[in-house]
Amino acid sequence: MKTKILMGLLAVAIAGLIAVPWIASYFYIFILTEILILGLFAASFNLIFGYTGMLSFGHAAFFGIGSYATALVLIHLEWPFLACLLVSMGASALLALVIGFLSVRLNEVYFAMLTLAFGMMVFAIAYQWRSVTNGSDGLAGFTLGSFGLGVDLILGNPAVYYHVVLVIVAIAAVVLYLICRSSFGMILKAIRQNPERVSFAGLNVRTYRLVAFVIAGSFAGLAGGLMAPFLRVASPELLHWSMSAEPVLMAILGGTGYFLGPFVGSAVFVLLETWITSFTESWMLVLGIILAMMVIFFRKGLLGTALDWWLEVKK
Amino acid sequence: MSGIGAALLNSLDIGLLLFIIAVGLNIVFGVLNIINFAHGALYMLGAYLAFTLINLVGMPFWAALLLAPIGVAILAVIIDRLLLRFIYSRDVADSLLLTFAILLIINESVRVIWGSGIHVVQPPQLLSGSMELLGSSVSTYSLFVIVVGLLLLAGLWYLFNRTRVGRIMRAAALDRDMAEALCINTRMVVTGVFAFGAWLAAVGGVVAAPMRALDPGMGDKIIIESFIVVVIGGLGSFPGALLGAIVLGLIHGFGGRYLPEVNLLLPFLGMALVLLFKPNGIMGKGATA
Amino acid sequence: MSKPILTIDNLTKRFGGVTAVNGINLEVMPKETIAIIGPNGAGKTTFYNMVSGRMLPTEGKITLDGQDITGLPPHKISRLGVSRSFQINNIFPEMTVQENVEVVLSAYHGHSRKLFNIASRNTGIQQEAVEYLKRLGIDGLRDQRAEVISYGDKRLLEIAMVLATQPKLVLLDEPTAGMTPDETRRTTKLVKSLADSGDYTFLITEHDMDVVFNLADRILVMHRGEKLFAGTPEEVKNHPEVRVAYLGEEEEDAVEEANP
Repeated sequence: MKTKILMGLLAVAIAGLIAVPWIASYFYIFILTEILILGLFAASFNLIFGYTGMLSFGHAAFFGIGSYATALVLIHLEWPFLACLLVSMGASALLALVIGFLSVRLNEVYFAMLTLAFGMMVFAIAYQWRSVTNGSDGLAGFTLGSFGLGVDLILGNPAVYYHVVLVIVAIAAVVLYLICRSSFGMILKAIRQNPERVSFAGLNVRTYRLVAFVIAGSFAGLAGGLMAPFLRVASPELLHWSMSAEPVLMAILGGTGYFLGPFVGSAVFVLLETWITSFTESWMLVLGIILAMMVIFFRKGLLGTALDWWLEVKK
Repeated sequence: MSGIGAALLNSLDIGLLLFIIAVGLNIVFGVLNIINFAHGALYMLGAYLAFTLINLVGMPFWAALLLAPIGVAILAVIIDRLLLRFIYSRDVADSLLLTFAILLIINESVRVIWGSGIHVVQPPQLLSGSMELLGSSVSTYSLFVIVVGLLLLAGLWYLFNRTRVGRIMRAAALDRDMAEALCINTRMVVTGVFAFGAWLAAVGGVVAAPMRALDPGMGDKIIIESFIVVVIGGLGSFPGALLGAIVLGLIHGFGGRYLPEVNLLLPFLGMALVLLFKPNGIMGKGATA
Repeated sequence: MSKPILTIDNLTKRFGGVTAVNGINLEVMPKETIAIIGPNGAGKTTFYNMVSGRMLPTEGKITLDGQDITGLPPHKISRLGVSRSFQINNIFPEMTVQENVEVVLSAYHGHSRKLFNIASRNTGIQQEAVEYLKRLGIDGLRDQRAEVISYGDKRLLEIAMVLATQPKLVLLDEPTAGMTPDETRRTTKLVKSLADSGDYTFLITEHDMDVVFNLADRILVMHRGEKLFAGTPEEVKNHPEVRVAYLGEEEEDAVEEANP
């Protein structure tokens, strides 16, 4: 019964999201586009954190690479948008394979340090490699051409772009969800709770962690690829550890225990950020305080706490 | 000859400074099993506090060297009692998350209090200028850094191997439950160790202040360097921290001189190489999952 | 004359200056039940850790069914047919009892590689999981979260998970530790029926001598990392050194260093 109510709510939410360009102003279209993209970014992070139990502080490396890849392909090759996104996913998957290979062998403390360090290494490369990335100025001046697959869309129109993002994020979310619900996903959850027992059941835990890491990286790259045309620039900030902190906070805000938690977290995060940056520049300070409070008092997150309570209490 | 000599001295200078900072990180990890992500921010606070004491209050450098780290240590005690104590009994991930949050808070607070601009701390009269050594002229202050580094190295070695406090810390690092059973007040040890780590970071900050311009990004740079040091040397190993720091110092000293284009990347490459062949670090153990 | 299923050759483990296990030699025949006894600190768990791949031996060789498994990682040894339980419960606390077994079955049957099936619709695995739970007598708890069930039931769940990989060789590490007398009786009966079925070879470490004499075909007595004696229960009962070492040692339990 309760699952039906939740499904109903979800359907209403999706219908609402589709209808937004006809019922709300451009402001909301922009905000929601950002929420969706960052939500995907956070959901990809949650695959490795909430499900597999690996805390990475360098997830922005894959997001940023995705942005740069799309920007570079648009600038130099002018391929259709879908092709750019595929390149973004491929590039970030490859980077995740390299970084993951070096990092998943080690325990969680090392893993956290390493992902932070490698993330900053990618940042340093993007910052320095002026000839390719245009350094601290970032890449700009790319425009979206065609969408691909013969579908004719005016991607420059924010409402159109919003719907494109909505569809792509929805599909990506469904794919991620299926992965989480599969036997593979069940093993990931088991790895978070007791990696030793999983290895004694005959599985090479490192391999599973690496695969999860690569999948997460590629979806982060997809999100990054969606972000570049939205921001109209691909800059090193997207690779900095402060960007890596965002999916962490979103996942914790929304709740790492439920698939939609990161999306809820993204919405709350973006709305909070928009509101707070309107009267202060110290958004990072507020972010830090919120993260601290959430970790200490509301570890399950907003959606997590709410759903846990509702599902347990009203049995 | 003079080129190599200068590079060597530079390496030693950078290396020992890194050691001072990384060893605090290492000690906190050894006893508390957490990486304090805010460690670099505490280093930065030490530098900025020294700046305030020297430039705004008018104290001599030596007074700042004494007082600023104590101030940061007190702050660390507050952080521990107010925030970290909720987390110690939980998953390691929660500690990492919380110290990361503290990093964000301190970083931004520094920006708010002191501004985003660059500040400069002058070295004290006694230590400014340069001397002739190994065929090249070397800043006196660099030599001072080396001396301080060596003194701290000796002091820490003595602390861990010859004193009761050191033995308690080592015991607590090896087995928390056993240490508690033997009536060592681990609550106090935990707070004390955390404060001590912060003190060391701040000393590093004060010592580094006259050498570098102060900006709100200095904490970030140093924490990455510290991570590289402990990964190369091995987490939880005191000699490892020294080895890692010297290696990184050499990379900076020689890389900066002879390979300036890729200088930024060399430390990461060094770290990646160590990880490929010795994931525990050169002297560490128990890092693998 | 059948070949031994497990051959331990001069197995030794040193940690720095401490020798936890010193030159153990043992041959285990298929379908046997061997109990390993000895005071705390005798090296039993370290011995298990080496056989199951959790620790690297310093010296010595372990052969399973003719194959050298010395130094192999735990997941490979598990695939070759060795399964172990742990002294401290090693289950998946946030999953239901049934899901705990499903995870192991999924791993064993190779389903874990499937990225796009729906795990909760995998009726084959679910039915098999329930079978294992029934065998251990805990299928009534199948939908409970594993962390809330009783300690004794957790140990039974652990055994179910151990059996789910259809091992040839089962290592039980103090299976009745912390159980009530009732639970101990139940578990002993269960292990006896499993051992009698002839499907498994058991190695069991135990402190409860009643359980040991009830289950064991042979007993290996360990003392300070070394093999003191190995023989049938009768031989062990009457062996003078065993009586002194083991029964005398029991008073010194608390001072003996814990197994790493």
